[in-house]
Amino acid sequence: MMLDAPRAPVHEADADRRADAQARTRLEIIDGDVHPALRSMADLKPFLSPQWREHLEIYGSRRRSGFSYEPYPKSAPKACRRDAWPEEGGPPGSSLDLIRTQYLDAYGIEVAILGPLGASGNSELNMEFSAALVSATNDWQREFFAKPEPRLKASIVVPSEHAEASVQEIERCANDPAFAQVFMLTRTGEPAGNRRYWPIYAAAERHGLPVGFHVFGSGGHPYTGTGWPSYYVEEGAGHSTSCQTVVTSLVIEGVFERFPRLKVVIIEGGFGWLPALTWRLDKLYERMRSEVPHLKRRPSEYIREHIWLTSQPMEEPENRRHLFDTIEWIGWDRLLFASDYPHWDFDDPFRAFPAGIPRERHQQILSANARAVYRLA
Amino acid sequence: MPRHVVARAAEIPPGSRKLVHVGERDIVIFNVKGELFALSDKCPHRGGSLARGRLTGVVTSSGPGAYEYTRPGEIVRCPWHGWEFDVRTGRSWCDPKRMRLMNYAVSVEPGAKLVEGPYVAETFAVTIEDAYVVVETK
Amino acid sequence: MSDSFRGAIDCDVHPRVPTPGMLAPYMNDYWRETVELRGIDTWEAISYPVNAPLTMRPDWRARKADADAASLAKATLDHFDLSHAICNCLFAVQGFRDENLAAAFASAANDWLAAEWLGKDARLRGSALLPIQSPPRAADEIERLAGDHRFVQVLMLAMGEQPLGKSLYWPIYAAAERHGFAVGIHAGSSYHHALTGSGWPTYYIEDYAAQSAGFHTQLGSLISEGVFVKYPKLKVVLIESGVTWLPPYMWRLSKFWRGVRNEVPWIDREPHEFLRDNVRLTIQPFDGPATGAQIGRVLDQLQSDDMLLFASDFPHWQFDGDDALPPGISASLRRKILIDNPLATYPRLGRPA
Repeated sequence: MMLDAPRAPVHEADADRRADAQARTRLEIIDGDVHPALRSMADLKPFLSPQWREHLEIYGSRRRSGFSYEPYPKSAPKACRRDAWPEEGGPPGSSLDLIRTQYLDAYGIEVAILGPLGASGNSELNMEFSAALVSATNDWQREFFAKPEPRLKASIVVPSEHAEASVQEIERCANDPAFAQVFMLTRTGEPAGNRRYWPIYAAAERHGLPVGFHVFGSGGHPYTGTGWPSYYVEEGAGHSTSCQTVVTSLVIEGVFERFPRLKVVIIEGGFGWLPALTWRLDKLYERMRSEVPHLKRRPSEYIREHIWLTSQPMEEPENRRHLFDTIEWIGWDRLLFASDYPHWDFDDPFRAFPAGIPRERHQQILSANARAVYRLA
Repeated sequence: MPRHVVARAAEIPPGSRKLVHVGERDIVIFNVKGELFALSDKCPHRGGSLARGRLTGVVTSSGPGAYEYTRPGEIVRCPWHGWEFDVRTGRSWCDPKRMRLMNYAVSVEPGAKLVEGPYVAETFAVTIEDAYVVVETK
Repeated sequence: MSDSFRGAIDCDVHPRVPTPGMLAPYMNDYWRETVELRGIDTWEAISYPVNAPLTMRPDWRARKADADAASLAKATLDHFDLSHAICNCLFAVQGFRDENLAAAFASAANDWLAAEWLGKDARLRGSALLPIQSPPRAADEIERLAGDHRFVQVLMLAMGEQPLGKSLYWPIYAAAERHGFAVGIHAGSSYHHALTGSGWPTYYIEDYAAQSAGFHTQLGSLISEGVFVKYPKLKVVLIESGVTWLPPYMWRLSKFWRGVRNEVPWIDREPHEFLRDNVRLTIQPFDGPATGAQIGRVLDQLQSDDMLLFASDFPHWQFDGDDALPPGISASLRRKILIDNPLATYPRLGRPA
């Protein structure tokens, strides 16, 4: 029995969608999270020195989670949409042609920001190897995607546990307009606002680059403060807690006091969790201001000025009013559209938004907000 | 109820599927062990194409840690967010009351009958020798 | 005295945390000697630094209002004219690595609570501490106390060794369901892991803020592992959680579940449906907007009038004066929060003490 459909050629429905998108309303779309993929580790080899090529060959990727892939098996191969596997072979996100036809062209995307996951080097135990691998990943993004396709912007992946090497990598890439942000993951060795990471924020601020924190990563701890959940459904639902750790730490440690021009984007964590966290932090600050004399303003003010969030995964409360309330509490100017193409929990820029969203709000989230955050032109 | 000839029966052997277009509708036809089922192609959640989806069995459970597997190949999962739909009825597994795919009556008719009959041949001319898949829309 | 709370049930008050020396008299010879012989004179988690503002409201601190049953009763039961208050002892029994030490201290703490608090005021009720290091022994402790109806709940923490839905903890739920104990999950950590998935935060503010993430994980675990399918009569109370984190978390859990349902096929209904039957929340702290103008829209996200339970969280400083409820709650909802919902959640309250 043929359980799966064949791999994707240029699909008829995508052509329909293209016409549909163009006819629709000419909404401009900037996508804050698209995932490129290696066809295999061989794609990185041209960008590694012979020493690290050999190291990779012999010792491979060794991450803080203890496994070569992710600790939780996904619900679909490579956690991707089943219709995004290129006909020529390779995993979803590895074919620039298919990214173009199935996504960029089909939806009329203006700009999409790449977020490399997988063996990008970020969570490697070997710090020097981590630095070499992220460098290779950054060069690979540029050569395979950003250079041939001007609609794609790369992210500067950094070996975040190694601050000095992170700064070096930022300095190496920051003047190249192919790169739109610095890229970290939400689970780090210590909470994101810890002083050991401050040189990274200094470099990002210096170059006017936002720092994107994408969910996942492995800091070497169980994913929660109460150990390891059993199921993938818990991991997926629980991503917001790692985002909350990032926001709490950045704010309370005073990162925004120290780096007043720093912009932060929380990527692929959704956004419903932010109002409750903000209210909680404001109350705690009011009660225990004496613990944090370095803070000059309330947490909600720092959050309102420095934190943006991608819209994906779009929240789906039963009552649409609750979604609109939530966005109002966060601020309509704080959400940045992201699709997460080609992952399975992908958000279509038109269909993911609730019915009845005013057109100007939709456009604001689809691109206007992003222009205030990313270095794009 | 308008009826449409959408394919030669030989194009949809057991275990396969075909995406057809009936006017403005995209319809996917599955052949599950010789039985044909026609469902609207667009997932009611966010519009993914079920023709690109994965067929699985029905998974139920008598309690934590227990997995009962029946009816292989009779669930289609949207290729995007993985929602499960019963191929026979179009009903979604997680929200059967509110979310379903439209399902259509589908039959196989001999060419001889269709050559003389009033049905609209949507995509190609019909010959007497072959058998054809006919979908009934509302 | 405050009329508007008359007859209410306060579902979260804290006796002053006892020292090991105060619990030793309730131990057998071996453990009593051990406490003194090995110098186990302190056992305090960092969850509530003694002098931190949150730990005690200034007026209660000045009067030492948590020092004994009479003082606690005066500050809560008498002041608000309550019918009952449920005592949650925060002695950090969950933090021990030795299950024998934990069992000895848990039993001693429960006997101490019974003798020096519950026995001193007929309006006081209590939660039983459990040696969660060994779920079978925790179940034994539940059995031991089953006949004492002054104990209405068993107490666990928002952050422990493993997420609480895991099957190794099921003996606890079986015993609790059998005897009508609610299962209370209280803010706090056993500190067997770092506080977050990214390690240890620097500040106490971050520790306390992180507790709501602990509740996310525990709720997700209890639902995903099928605890409410296996123990449908179980009532889980999320105590001192902050409340407003819950609806957005459930949106996410439900959305994700629809796509991965066959990973956990024993979940036979939408995840949020378990809330109605099995999950309750105490109302303090209530992480809401400062002005209270939006309270209706915030509460509307909960989609149920049955879920909230009145609690002062005495003596933690969550509110000033008598503002024990967030402003703007309707009269009918107020009555449910103060009286009806707690009565429905704690069936043992209705049994003769």
